Amino acid sequence: MHLNPRGCHFVGFANVCLLLFLLISLTPSTFAQDEPDSTKSVKSAPLNPPTNIEVSDTPNDAGGSITIQWTEPIPSEGKDIKGYRIFRAESVDGKPGKYKMVGSVVTTKTRFKDGNVDDDLDYFYQVAAVYTASVIEGQELETLAKSRTSSKGNSSAQWFDFRRVNVFVGVILLCGFILYYISRAKAGEKLFIRKIAGLEAVDEAVGRATEMGKKIFFIPGINDMNDVQTIAGVSILGRVAEVAATYETYIEVPVARSLVLVTAKEVVKEAYSKVGRPEAFHEDQVHYLTDDQFGYAAGIDGMVVREEPATIFFMGAFYAESLILSETGNSIGAIQIAGTAMPAQLPFFVAACDYTLIGEELFAASAYLSREPKLLGSLKGQDMGKAIVLVAIIIGILLETFNIWDLSKLFKVTG
Amino acid sequence: MRREIPLIITGVVGVVFLLQYFIPHWPFDEMSGWFSDWFSIVQAFAIWLGALNLLKISAQKVIGKKSDWGFAVVIIVSFLIIVIVGLTGGEGYRETGTGFSWLYKYVYSSLSATMFSILAFFVASASYRAFRARNFEATLLLVSAFFVMLGRVPVGDNISFFLPDEYQLSQIANWIMTWPQTAGQRAIMIGIALGLVSTSLRIILGIERSYLGGGD
Amino acid sequence: MSTRAKEILVIGIVLLFSIIIYLGKVFGWVEVIRFSPLVSMILIGILFLALLYILVLTLKGHLIERRAVFLFVAISVALPFFMTISQSARISPEVQQLYDNVSELPKGSKVLVSFDFDPPSAPELQPMAESFLHYCLLNDLKVIIMGLWPQGPQQANLAMDRVLKKEDIIAKKLRDGKDYVNLGFQAGNEFVIKGMGADFSSMFKSDYSGNSYHDIEIVKNVKNFSDIDFAFNLSAGYPGTQEWVQIAVDRYGLSMGAGNTAVQAPMMYTYVNAGQLKGLLGGIKGAAEFENIVDYIGKGTKYMLSQSFAHMIVIAFIIIGNVAYFKNERGKKKKH
Repeated sequence: MHLNPRGCHFVGFANVCLLLFLLISLTPSTFAQDEPDSTKSVKSAPLNPPTNIEVSDTPNDAGGSITIQWTEPIPSEGKDIKGYRIFRAESVDGKPGKYKMVGSVVTTKTRFKDGNVDDDLDYFYQVAAVYTASVIEGQELETLAKSRTSSKGNSSAQWFDFRRVNVFVGVILLCGFILYYISRAKAGEKLFIRKIAGLEAVDEAVGRATEMGKKIFFIPGINDMNDVQTIAGVSILGRVAEVAATYETYIEVPVARSLVLVTAKEVVKEAYSKVGRPEAFHEDQVHYLTDDQFGYAAGIDGMVVREEPATIFFMGAFYAESLILSETGNSIGAIQIAGTAMPAQLPFFVAACDYTLIGEELFAASAYLSREPKLLGSLKGQDMGKAIVLVAIIIGILLETFNIWDLSKLFKVTG
Repeated sequence: MRREIPLIITGVVGVVFLLQYFIPHWPFDEMSGWFSDWFSIVQAFAIWLGALNLLKISAQKVIGKKSDWGFAVVIIVSFLIIVIVGLTGGEGYRETGTGFSWLYKYVYSSLSATMFSILAFFVASASYRAFRARNFEATLLLVSAFFVMLGRVPVGDNISFFLPDEYQLSQIANWIMTWPQTAGQRAIMIGIALGLVSTSLRIILGIERSYLGGGD
Repeated sequence: MSTRAKEILVIGIVLLFSIIIYLGKVFGWVEVIRFSPLVSMILIGILFLALLYILVLTLKGHLIERRAVFLFVAISVALPFFMTISQSARISPEVQQLYDNVSELPKGSKVLVSFDFDPPSAPELQPMAESFLHYCLLNDLKVIIMGLWPQGPQQANLAMDRVLKKEDIIAKKLRDGKDYVNLGFQAGNEFVIKGMGADFSSMFKSDYSGNSYHDIEIVKNVKNFSDIDFAFNLSAGYPGTQEWVQIAVDRYGLSMGAGNTAVQAPMMYTYVNAGQLKGLLGGIKGAAEFENIVDYIGKGTKYMLSQSFAHMIVIAFIIIGNVAYFKNERGKKKKH
């Protein structure tokens, strides 16, 4: 085919146009370096980008985070939005520097928290909507429609998390009551504490072991010393060990955690010293079995069946092993006293043990057994907290039943 | 001093953890992170205390030929096997096909699952022994248990097929689980939470010291 | 016969039985043993008659030993494995809620799955893990696995191995690190969750296979919980769902569902009702229902018949126990 010079010019002009068009089309490929390998970015038709880009410091945090929000664009006909990509540029002399992709979110979200920022710097953001395009030769092609540059934003740390004001007020109130009643107890006021059958039975249970000439087992749960239940259990162990040492009855404490081993050993040793029988304490009385939940249960079951203790105490945090342990104890006819704050395990202990301390009774045990005024004062403060909760529940039920006001929103913690 | 230093550490750590919940600003969050790390480190090293204590007591049993010393031999041998296989397995000792993985899958898993499965037997025997209609409350509990146990398995709906959909046993069981059961759980949980706060405060303030040995 | 001799005899019988079952599995006899519905009904009838006999014995004043209860439980749990009766479980609202939340996630959403259990609870939680992972992978959700229990990630690998062998998943040609990742175990219990609230990479420096966190494609843009679209926690105790709810949900606003052992599940209803948990699978029943809803027939559905039998046996023994109790009470009254 022969082309005249004019035709050549036309082809040349067309080539230039094509090149220009390609250059324009490939503008979004500035971001291609951050995209997955399997995708290619091309622009085919005018696409609506996200609008109203708002950049603000993420509230109630330790800094290092900026929140970006935008308005979802109306997708062009035949196009779907697959998601959004967020680009960030550091402020250089008040103007955006080089943009870099910092994250992506799915279509349903129009908010992104950029948690990788420096409190000392200012940033600009752009949000790009990712539009689906056709699949050519097995490769998914997508197009980005980027927004305008946002206003400048930076991050900072806050001195108070205002979402937790309600918790703060609750803590102050409860602690205030507890401290007030402790001070009153210290001043000599007599405080009443109701009878707790499980704790009243401690002497009887230890006495029974003494009469039978058998051992006492004390199981302080399977959690570590960072669990308040374990601390409560170990506190009770101190009192039980004192009674056992007084009656000259052997108490054995198999434990599941090394730190509990150290603490429990110290507590039992101290109890023996306190009643003037330090020589009766054996190092092996408190011993470690295993950290493994069911390995521990198997170990104790074996010991219970072989050694047939007269009394078993279960005081602390228990999980599915609760019934395995207590049923085995029941099968050998041991008197069993349990105490746990694990609601799911309480029915099992109730079914298999002679006495069960339910939830808060476990925490009250130390105060109950020692009758120390300061400890009893804290129980009274705790009861005041309970009274407030009860009143709030009743008022809440009334207000919400009659659709007057949503009281429960006062108790919500949103972050 | 033996008692005071632990009490000061407990107090400082407790207060920092409490404050960091309300104050996101430096240094509270970072400090709570350090304390958590320290606890993990102490806990990790303390594992040796437990392991050595177990070995010591088991060895004493075997040497002294105390009663049931055979079980102590099993403990020592099992302990050594798992430690040696784990250590000789190198960095990828947990990968599928290694000796450690074999022991995990065919010994440890089976033994642990066996212990857990005993629960099914004990639930049955405990229910048989303790679930009695002694009084009105116990009877109410018993009736609820019947509905829940039947309703939680497909056989419940098979039995109550003639009833309207919303009164079939599975629906009744769902209702019991969602409302009365949850109400009871919540009551206990609120009590426990208050007890936790009170005990924690006693520990932080150093009023509760019995866990340190002795009562004073 | 002495007690020790009896013990050895029982151990011998159990060992022999185990060897027979093992050989049966190796040579494929066990799979062949299948009871038709008619045979199954006859066996159920025999079981019922045996229970009736115990009731009669109780009425006559002979109380049975707890070992007899154990025997009945063992038979009632084991027999259904050989039966061909099928049962369909009705979907509970909390299971439906979990499904609704997961099914609403757009493709490419990031789902965090925390395996906080060990082998003992695997019979209950592993079926949930398998069906959940299968659903996520099949629906192009990106799965990030982790564990607060040392054995958790290993359980995750076992579940993943099974799921990745399914034909529909093979067809998807999924890649480790791109479509799913196992970040492994991190010690520190609830402190790990707290740390993740600030920065995932501070808690998980590398994945289970040792790849650096920052080199893993799927977590490249995952800084903390705000980059996670949904989380699912499989829990058997501490640390578990309670800690996740108290820290990740309440403090960081994570959207989360949970799968719990049947023993623990009742406590979690409080969180479901309060909207803190977006769905709950409780025990084998929850697993079977989820399998049903996502159309994945796994072990949950298979174990459900055993569960039904076990429940019926427990109910029967409660009735027998109460009959004994009332008979005893009447006897006491007559004496007075």
